[in-house]
Amino acid sequence: MADCGEPDGPGNKDDITRSKNEGKELTKEEKQRLRKQKKHQKKQKERKNEKGPSETEKDKTPVSLLPPPQPVATQKAPSALPAPASAPIPVPASAPFHSSPAPSPADKPAKSKAELKAERRARQETDRAAKQPGSSSSGIKTKVPLSELNPVVKRLPEHVQVDDPAVVKRLAKKLERQQTLPYGASNKIPLRSDYGYKVSLFSHLHQYSRKAPLTQLLSIPSTVIHPSIVRLGLQYSQGIVAGSNARSVALLHAFKQVIRDYTTPPNEELSRDLVNKLKPYISFLNQCRPLSASMGNAIKYIKKEISNIPSQCKEEEAKTKLLTCIDRYIEEKIVLAAKAISKYAIEKISDGDVILVYGYSSLVNNILCEAFEKSRKFRVIVVDSRPRLEGREALRRLVQRGISCTYVLISALSYILPEVSKVFLGAHALLANGYVMSRVGTSQIALVARTYNVPVLVCCETYKFCERVQTDSFVSNELDDPDDLMVTRKGKTQLENWQDVSSLGLLNLVYDVTPPDFVDLVITDLGMIPCTSVPVVLRVKNLDQ
Amino acid sequence: MEECLVEYFRTQMRTDPDMASAVAAIRTLLEFLRRDKGETILGLRESLKWATDCLTEVDSSVAVSSGGELFLRFISLTSLEHQDLSRCKKVMEERGELFLEKISLSRTKVAKLCHTFIKDGAKILTHSSSRVVLRVLEKAAAEKKRFTVYVTESQPDTAGKQMADALRRLNVPVTVVLDAAVGYVLEKVDLVIVGAEGVVESGGIINKIGTYQMAVCSKAHNKPFYVVAESFKFVRLYPLNQQDVPDRFKYKADTLRTVSDLSDEHPMIDYTPPSLITLLFTDLGVLTPSAVSDELIKLYL
Repeated sequence: MADCGEPDGPGNKDDITRSKNEGKELTKEEKQRLRKQKKHQKKQKERKNEKGPSETEKDKTPVSLLPPPQPVATQKAPSALPAPASAPIPVPASAPFHSSPAPSPADKPAKSKAELKAERRARQETDRAAKQPGSSSSGIKTKVPLSELNPVVKRLPEHVQVDDPAVVKRLAKKLERQQTLPYGASNKIPLRSDYGYKVSLFSHLHQYSRKAPLTQLLSIPSTVIHPSIVRLGLQYSQGIVAGSNARSVALLHAFKQVIRDYTTPPNEELSRDLVNKLKPYISFLNQCRPLSASMGNAIKYIKKEISNIPSQCKEEEAKTKLLTCIDRYIEEKIVLAAKAISKYAIEKISDGDVILVYGYSSLVNNILCEAFEKSRKFRVIVVDSRPRLEGREALRRLVQRGISCTYVLISALSYILPEVSKVFLGAHALLANGYVMSRVGTSQIALVARTYNVPVLVCCETYKFCERVQTDSFVSNELDDPDDLMVTRKGKTQLENWQDVSSLGLLNLVYDVTPPDFVDLVITDLGMIPCTSVPVVLRVKNLDQ
Repeated sequence: MEECLVEYFRTQMRTDPDMASAVAAIRTLLEFLRRDKGETILGLRESLKWATDCLTEVDSSVAVSSGGELFLRFISLTSLEHQDLSRCKKVMEERGELFLEKISLSRTKVAKLCHTFIKDGAKILTHSSSRVVLRVLEKAAAEKKRFTVYVTESQPDTAGKQMADALRRLNVPVTVVLDAAVGYVLEKVDLVIVGAEGVVESGGIINKIGTYQMAVCSKAHNKPFYVVAESFKFVRLYPLNQQDVPDRFKYKADTLRTVSDLSDEHPMIDYTPPSLITLLFTDLGVLTPSAVSDELIKLYL
């Protein structure tokens, strides 16, 4: 066919262009079909999308929900393989077009065809968007990523779209495709299923049961996931490793083990292959327990370090370099930061203080123990809450040091606050608009403390600062196992058969956000800053990198 | 050596009573730098720090210590990689003079920014005697605006009366009120303008005692509370409440030296938290209290 040389009629043009694998135009019907499909998806998305289209106009990077590292990597990955994976709609859409006429059904041409199609579609979308009068995109955006169907609509991260079945299906497909082995089709990362009735306000989030860990669904031996990662995932999902610092350190140690056991396959480069190897591990850990902001930042750092390895570097050298990088990260951002924060915080503790702490924050505990060693005279009130009762651990550690403590439950907060002179809180993450994300109950403490005019100090290392913006605790949160709320007293378990009661839902939230007006001071390793200066620190950090 | 320094400082303050104490301190430090016979850069910095401490003992205002620290930072914020110590010193002296020049213009800059917020027929309330506020009101009067001023008497040194005299010389109608009458008079005024002895990291200010009260009352009355301050008054302090302000700023220098039990003494300054301040007028521009921290990070980091 290709050597015919004579010009074909318009009817045969499509076949020939497709078979020649370089066509740039689709037929009119195909175009219409594509447009209809896209419109349909856009409508679906816009219905689910809580934010109005006006928000999506501001396509500026600081104001965006932080997608889990997985989709970010897939969106930015230039390779053709992830592109059709994260845009599965064009793949089935292109299937009817490419069924029989494609003379070369081999994998490679089909993938690049899909890539071309995605490119075409993206260009058409931008053209159409630019033509619309009320269009928000400021001219044709030059940076439209390949996998983005709608460059104007900001894509929601998948972990807050659990109530949309299409998204869940897409996630399952993505996990399937993340196997990096050419053989062994059963070695995929399983999708963890939700458990129990979810309260409607939080139905967009995952809710897993602790009794069904993800590891039970894995085949043995699991050749896709490194055993230390499997162990880590199990530790996360069972709550054995908890607390954002502990989780990040455990993650980094597991990654060190992965790097030690890694060997570069023959025709691959370490810098690219290792990053691809880490992707299924990260999705697996995400399925076990959603990643925290600190873990996300640590993963970003590791990925950057790996991709910066020069290609002529020998494998052993590269591996030792990466291991030292990780050790340095832990040392600088966690251990030394804790020392710096203690130094600033101790200035704020005066003799005769009554300090209130909530739950168990490793950093706040560290500060109090150091202050006690520097012979400051103070006493501590530990506030605790169900179902985690983490305050007991904090209480145990403080009493061991000899610090005089009082223990109350959070319901007695307004009773105890008139005695308190300062409140020290830890944070899980500090958001870009100055909101503090921390264990559920923290915003309550900050609110009541503000009413009693008690200064609230938040202690947080800079590696927990994230670019995300959130003003309420609903939009993105974590739902823990609802069975934890069941309590057994005197042999009787209340709520034992809560699943049978159709109108009953149990809600076990893990995090909440505190607005910056309730926080007086944030102590970081860079110094003492007001809560509103978090974006400045983020800007300074980005300049450093 | 010390007496020489202190004497020079006092002379500076006497020759130009309109000059801020921090500016006099910086002039003194510059002169000290010129006369210093140190052999190393580190030694130079140490002696400058010692000189600043000496001056703080004479005049314990926040501005002197913050001005001194900023001066030190500014002159060392340049490449001091010259081989010759005298060349380095010359560079530092030049930068010191540049710094001095910049800050002598700061009051004019502040006045230029602030006078537009005073409308014709405005009634202004101010606290105690502040030369920056005086400059602002001078500029507003020069722009042919008509306004009346209420000044608090500001015990224990009745500095408010000096302010009233200065304003009368400008032909501005002025009334002196008791410190206790701030709540009473606030319903009549349109805006409140005060100076500051120091601007802290949180965006709050340290000023003569009675400012916090005025700020709370104006918040209750929903009147704007403006602060005018030069940028060399920015200091790296972060008080959480009134008690958290260090003692060395609260009392006069001689009180700290002579009196052993400070609980009998009355503090001369108080801390106003940023939530009560509407805007700060500085030579770096018009800032909201939360922007002060950004500026401080830029200045100090």
